[in-house]
Amino acid sequence: MSLWRQISRGLRVLANRDAADRDVADEVEHYIDEASANLVARGMTPEAARRAAQLEYGNATQVREEVRSYGWENALAAFFADVRYAARRLRRSPGSTVVSVITLALGLGTSTAIFSAVYPILFEPLPYPQPGRILLIWDSNEGERSMVTFHTWREVTQRNHSFETLAAADAPLWQPTLTGTGATPPERLDGQRVTADYFRVLGVSPAMGRDFQASDDVLNGPRVVILSDALWRRRFQADPAIVGQQITLDGDLWTVIGVMPRSFENVMAPPARVWRPMQYDTEHASNFSTREWGHHMQMLGRLRAGMPTELARRDLNEIAHNPVADFPRAPWANLQFGFIANALQVEITHTVRPALLAILGAVLLVLAIACVNVTNLLLARGVQRRGEMSVRVALGAARERLVRQLLTESLLLAALGGALGVLLAQFSIRTLVALAPADLPRIGAIAVNGAVFAFALAITTLIGMAVGLIPAMHATRADVQSGLRQSSRHSIGGHQFTRHALVVAEVSLALVLLVSAGLLLRSIERLFSVDVGFHASGLLTMQVQETGHQYDIDMARYQFFEQAREAVERVPGVTAVAFTSQLPLSGDLDGYGVEFENEFNPQDDGSVLRYSVSPNYFEAMGIPLLHGRLLNSHDTIGAPTAIVISESLAKRKFPGRDPIGNGIRIGPGSGNPREPWSIIVGVVGNVKQTSLALGQTDAVYVGPQQWYWVDNPMSLVIRGSGDVAALAPAIRRAVWSVDKDQPIVRVATMDHLLAASEAQRHFALVLFEAFALMALVLAAIGIYGVISGSVTERIREIGVRSALGATRGSIIAMVLRQGMSLTGLALIIGLGGAMAASRALVTLLFGVGPLDAATYLGMVALLLAVSVLACWIPAWRAAQVDPSQTLRAE
Amino acid sequence: MDDATTDVIQGTLDMLILKTLSLEPMHGFGIARRVEQISRGVFKVNPGSLLTALQRLERAGWLDSEWRQTENSRRAKFYWLTRAGKKQLEVETAEWARRAGAIARLLKVEG
Repeated sequence: MSLWRQISRGLRVLANRDAADRDVADEVEHYIDEASANLVARGMTPEAARRAAQLEYGNATQVREEVRSYGWENALAAFFADVRYAARRLRRSPGSTVVSVITLALGLGTSTAIFSAVYPILFEPLPYPQPGRILLIWDSNEGERSMVTFHTWREVTQRNHSFETLAAADAPLWQPTLTGTGATPPERLDGQRVTADYFRVLGVSPAMGRDFQASDDVLNGPRVVILSDALWRRRFQADPAIVGQQITLDGDLWTVIGVMPRSFENVMAPPARVWRPMQYDTEHASNFSTREWGHHMQMLGRLRAGMPTELARRDLNEIAHNPVADFPRAPWANLQFGFIANALQVEITHTVRPALLAILGAVLLVLAIACVNVTNLLLARGVQRRGEMSVRVALGAARERLVRQLLTESLLLAALGGALGVLLAQFSIRTLVALAPADLPRIGAIAVNGAVFAFALAITTLIGMAVGLIPAMHATRADVQSGLRQSSRHSIGGHQFTRHALVVAEVSLALVLLVSAGLLLRSIERLFSVDVGFHASGLLTMQVQETGHQYDIDMARYQFFEQAREAVERVPGVTAVAFTSQLPLSGDLDGYGVEFENEFNPQDDGSVLRYSVSPNYFEAMGIPLLHGRLLNSHDTIGAPTAIVISESLAKRKFPGRDPIGNGIRIGPGSGNPREPWSIIVGVVGNVKQTSLALGQTDAVYVGPQQWYWVDNPMSLVIRGSGDVAALAPAIRRAVWSVDKDQPIVRVATMDHLLAASEAQRHFALVLFEAFALMALVLAAIGIYGVISGSVTERIREIGVRSALGATRGSIIAMVLRQGMSLTGLALIIGLGGAMAASRALVTLLFGVGPLDAATYLGMVALLLAVSVLACWIPAWRAAQVDPSQTLRAE
Repeated sequence: MDDATTDVIQGTLDMLILKTLSLEPMHGFGIARRVEQISRGVFKVNPGSLLTALQRLERAGWLDSEWRQTENSRRAKFYWLTRAGKKQLEVETAEWARRAGAIARLLKVEG
């Protein structure tokens, strides 16, 4: 009842403001009338009575105001009046308003975007039950992470005491072709080949059907698959009866036994849409020339409840250093360096962590600069308004009312900046995801983080608000007189110092960002001038796969690739075509142990990259022959195996000698005395395989028919004239003219692969450049604001100086000197900060030291130039001051 | 101005208004005059506080109001107690008696 009355009366007042005001006025008027009538009755004259009544009861206006301020609707009205007034004030100084709003929006938008992107990757727990209990375990190769072999997984599974269960997943994706039905074309799927416990380690069960079980995961076991929710919906129309049905993969019938939940996020292999059991051979462990001894497995385990990671590590290394007869070990998987085991989250992010942390640091600097800038602007605004505040206090404004008004103004500014910032954050996140390197984990989980935004908004505005309030508050103190006299500049000194300190902070932070961006820029330049070892431009690459039972015979497979190569060669515009089992800079990585007949440097162990290539691969790629001969069409089945090695391997293994004619055993043959020696026939130049920055180039090349098995898929490399990317459709048709059912994927120019291989550094660089630019602009605004403000405050002094004969040049010099002394101080502080910050960047740098003098000098020069520019405008304005006018204004 | 007048005791204005209006409907100045008269000039009512308090009590549903002619044929806003207002007056009177009694006992002990 009462609440209802409150609301309805309030609404009535709001709806008819004038009537309500009249009501109050009439009542007050009547009151005063009655009061004076009462006094007249006691014998006063009407005039005296009226004066006495007003003295006793206060003047009608005051009473009316007092009565009118009652009620929520009036508080609301006062608030709106404040907002309207604040909006008017902000409109009156559009420059500083626009700059404040944009500054806020930039700081808020970017920091929210970056933190929102980084948070799910680095900080948010993985979307699994007790994610901290899931460890990823690597074989340690002299401290470097190396994948485990199947038999290593088997040994650890059976001997450990720390894990509930351990699973292994084949690292190269299983890529079966799903046969088309009716209108739907065949499709190459991305899938994973996993041991039975894979989903149990992650702690997620299928939403429909059942999980894999031990009886599925046996050699020649049943053909069963689990589908992802996405695949089930897309290809099978979310058929609720899918479990138990058969689908055709690579020409075989597979039974669907389950569908994963929609929420399941597979961080181990995000593209995977289908899973099959591993079904590797658990017997014959002493035969080392099997795929079960290849380093191509990722091993993950779920710790027993309450088991500390440290104890599990000790347990693992105990196993590594104590081989037992039941579990023979291949020489390349003898676990002599133990294991590397860390929480899954740490492992999937460890490659991107340095870049992301650096970016996070950078955006915090931007936020700090934005914060400083807004503070400075509000401070300036507050100082300017001392006069106004004094007038209003003198006219009887209540202090709370003034404070509320100032707060409203700051809040309005914050709201505008915040709204723009939210839009900017949305936009930046979309840009970020589009720009992000493809290997960024958990990219699907990135979304605007409301809490972060609120936090950023709060700190920027709270600080600004508090600071902006101080000078205005001073004005509302008793000292109205001094405020009213425009000579308030005496007391401005203290604020001036604060503003100078803030600008110095801002400029020095900007220098830190500029130097970081500069170092990254130089790193990228250095990287892209690295010799990759082949002619990258004018190369088109694509991956071709054979599927179907017609390729069960090896000869048919060689034949298909050779025919495809010849068909592509006939495409107009193509000058050379070759294929290779692994393509440089594409993410392919296929390494093997190696053994030499004559060891000239036996201490130096290590693995080599193995390429099965068609003979003309070297010409097509433009890899130079340094010594001996290249592979040719005679290096085929029946002939002695011919091997071409890379220059780095030749130098390392045959220092000062001729490697040609020496015997070599690779991969499965390595360490097997019954295996005949392959012969080194040539030495070619080094090629960058994994990335431009990494030096690992030891490589061997072998003809496809002389390798132990047929590689599938293979990559075609096509050299063409003109725009090679435009040749792709014709090349596809040429391959399909040989067999129309073979999927072609990963079509990309080598230039594109080259750029993508440095995507992470490039990503960091783009962001740092953007942040540094922002910082530079904000710093310039900051300098401009302070110098410009100080010119305004010193306008009379400048007028006096020029009246006393100071030249324009000397006045400009005076103002510039003031600005430059601030910049100079900031640069000194900033250099120190930059030196410290650049150490954190070291892992992202390439070819430049963190203290690269050229970068530092360049950025200092840039910042100096910008701040001269920022000071020049107010300096020039100062020089235009007409002494007769300013002095007359006195 | 009488030296003996003081402002209404903090927190009792509402009760005084309710009590005054429990006798008959009245306008603002009437209430003020009645309070001064009955208290024999001890209490003086500030018009700003009084008119604000009337608004508040009306919002709370204890008073109703209407513009009427006064005896000297002027228009004035008259207030009267509602049923809820009568109940509230009883509550406040009881509460006041309880407090006043307590204070009186305390002063007696002191004396």
